[in-house]
Amino acid sequence: MSLKNEKIKIAVNDLNLFYGKDQALKGVNLEVAENKVTAFIGPSGCGKSTLLRCFNRMNDLVDICRIEGEIMLDGENIYQKGIDVAELRRSVGMVFQKPNPFPKSIYENVAYGLRLQGVKSKRILDEAVEEALQGAALWDEVKDRLDVNAFGLSGGQQQRLVIARAIAIQPDVLLLDEPASALDPISTLKIEELIHQLKERFTILIVTHNMQQAARVSDYTAFMYMGDMVEFGKTNDIFTNPTKKQTEDYITGRYG
Amino acid sequence: MKNWIKSGSPWIWLNGGAVAICMIMVVGLIGLIAVRGLAHFWPADIVEFTVTNERGEEQIVMGEAVRSQIIPAAVAEDSGVILPEDFAEDGIITRHLIKQGNRDFGRDFAWYPDVTMSEWRTPQNAIMLERREWGDFFGFPVEMRVDDEVFRDEEVWPALQASVERTGVLFDDLRRIERFEVGRINQQIEGLRLEQRRLALDDTISEAEMAEHVTRLEIERGILDAEYEVLRLEMEELRAASRRDTLVARMANGQEVTMSVSTIVRATQPNTMGMFAKLGEYVYRFWHFLTGEPREANTEGGIFPAIFGTVTMVLIMSIIVSPFGVLAAIYLREYAKQGPLLKIIRVSVYNLAGVPSIVFGVFGLGFFVYIVGGSLDELFYPEALPSPTFGRPGLIWASLTLALLTLPVVIVSTEEGLARIPSTVRQGSLALGATKSETLWKVVVPLATPAMMTGVILAIARAAGEVAPLMLVGVVKLAPTLPIDGTFPFVHLERSIMHLGFHIFDVGFQSPNVEAARPLVYATALTLVVLIVALNMTAISVRNRLRERYRSESD
Repeated sequence: MSLKNEKIKIAVNDLNLFYGKDQALKGVNLEVAENKVTAFIGPSGCGKSTLLRCFNRMNDLVDICRIEGEIMLDGENIYQKGIDVAELRRSVGMVFQKPNPFPKSIYENVAYGLRLQGVKSKRILDEAVEEALQGAALWDEVKDRLDVNAFGLSGGQQQRLVIARAIAIQPDVLLLDEPASALDPISTLKIEELIHQLKERFTILIVTHNMQQAARVSDYTAFMYMGDMVEFGKTNDIFTNPTKKQTEDYITGRYG
Repeated sequence: MKNWIKSGSPWIWLNGGAVAICMIMVVGLIGLIAVRGLAHFWPADIVEFTVTNERGEEQIVMGEAVRSQIIPAAVAEDSGVILPEDFAEDGIITRHLIKQGNRDFGRDFAWYPDVTMSEWRTPQNAIMLERREWGDFFGFPVEMRVDDEVFRDEEVWPALQASVERTGVLFDDLRRIERFEVGRINQQIEGLRLEQRRLALDDTISEAEMAEHVTRLEIERGILDAEYEVLRLEMEELRAASRRDTLVARMANGQEVTMSVSTIVRATQPNTMGMFAKLGEYVYRFWHFLTGEPREANTEGGIFPAIFGTVTMVLIMSIIVSPFGVLAAIYLREYAKQGPLLKIIRVSVYNLAGVPSIVFGVFGLGFFVYIVGGSLDELFYPEALPSPTFGRPGLIWASLTLALLTLPVVIVSTEEGLARIPSTVRQGSLALGATKSETLWKVVVPLATPAMMTGVILAIARAAGEVAPLMLVGVVKLAPTLPIDGTFPFVHLERSIMHLGFHIFDVGFQSPNVEAARPLVYATALTLVVLIVALNMTAISVRNRLRERYRSESD
């Protein structure tokens, strides 16, 4: 299906991905709307995380991984030759399933990406750190202890810190790989509220196991199964009126 | 019984027993060397007794009782002891080892059987003199001659103390002049000689220029010679001044000895000392053992040069091995393509750890000293040839050899540390647009520093205790100078050093005076153990601080 009345941020065209001989993604086609939340759901091993990792080329780290097809980000294929992968990852941020702060202070965690880009001015860094932490709804909790080691934070706080770290470098797109699966319900709720706020500034793609979560936070939902993009549409439509039997079985809990 | 085996208790007992045996061995080892080594510095009472010697004569013996032993009477008789008529042939007798000193007049350690021995007395006026040569002296003070003044009886002891202190100061002055000022002049004269030779080897200098240089060097040499003459006179004066006082002392057998006070390091009257005085004397002796220089073929005096040499060598070794090991490990783990070639390299590196250390010594001598050192000499010090500068065993080669020896340890622990860093942390950095090397240096390596420190700690522990290879590549029995001193360039990497481990070997096995050396072996061994523990503790505390800093929730 193609999106009407939406500005297209990312378009995936006939994407095939192989791990050695195994095909993990089979001819995926997809369009992602700007400043909207797109959720990927599906049973374990369906390829949704793999697909997410294609958007910032994290799959490049896997030696045996081979990709065919194209992903257009703002009209440019990110898999074409001569693309600076580090540059791409600066505009496509990613948050992982398990919080992975660096062994540094809270401040340094958030400033990490900016320092990589060569920002040295204390004033600019201070501002950016505060803005990012506020953007991740963490500022009020940590503003008095920015020089404390990030490992001292709770799991939920760590995850929001990681989101702050990702948005500090002002990406266009945020990839969230099951960002709340390792968190307790209250932390999960906070993250979901945060996603609502963030979509005003970023295009968000989220992988989740939790279908209620997908229903709560996303505008569009893609259901994947065995490497195929089975169904893609407005979240409301997918959850209330799926066109494919497989989708209906999955969201009503008959398998997966 | 069956239930008991099933319950797992035997295993627990077995494990606990193993731990207990390990603890007994460790405590026993440390305890033995600590007791033996520390007891050496205690100022024991001087005992005096009469005993019948092999020729049947009564003899007065004086000295410190070292230890006693029980032997069969027959053995004692074979060794010349005359037993009383009524003594049972199969009886046993006790004999005592007495440190009677006075090596210039006879044996300084001797066994005496107690069968013919009188009661032990502790004469109050007995003195023990620590001398610069011939070991300790035991006897009684008779008179002190200071210039034309003569002190007798009660006046002798205070006069002797004052005189010993005075000559001590003079001796220190003399040493300082000899070591620093004369040493400096010698070095400068040697520098002039080398400069002349360097000029002679240089073909681009014309004869006229050469003559000019030679005149200049002659003048400079003349100035130095004049400076030396001044020092020589000063030293002459000091020597004459230190010969001013003489002591006359009587030995136990009644013979009187006249000696210059300048030969005496320290005079004590242990029999008059109370507990606290003895404790003070103990601390004094122990301190001088740690900070003094060795005398008398290392069997007397202190071990400071050996401590200094060991520490310097271990530090230089860690400075060399840490970056090499860490960089190699990072390459092997992070950059190299994992495959059969890498497997071979890894196995080779790991197996280096199993090569006997003496083999490293041979390699160090053949490669570092002769090839590398020899080439350095030809390139940079041709004027000093044929006498080698770097082409002989020295501190740098000893450190390099040990660095090679401990390299596998550092590589293995660094690799393990890198492998333990969770991949999520690496991905987090990469996802922020960091390159692989940025990720490595800003996130991965800092997280792996505790593991690297573990490697360095193991390396230090191994290197500080190593002796065999060092004998080939830079450690000597007696080094005239320390590797770090006040003359340019301050750190002299080419110098030979003394080392505690080798010192133990040397004092214990190469010493002509076994009984005198034995306590020093224990004391030196104790120092070595304490030193290694101290070095390790320092490294461990650094590591713990790092761990605290990079603590992650999974640890």
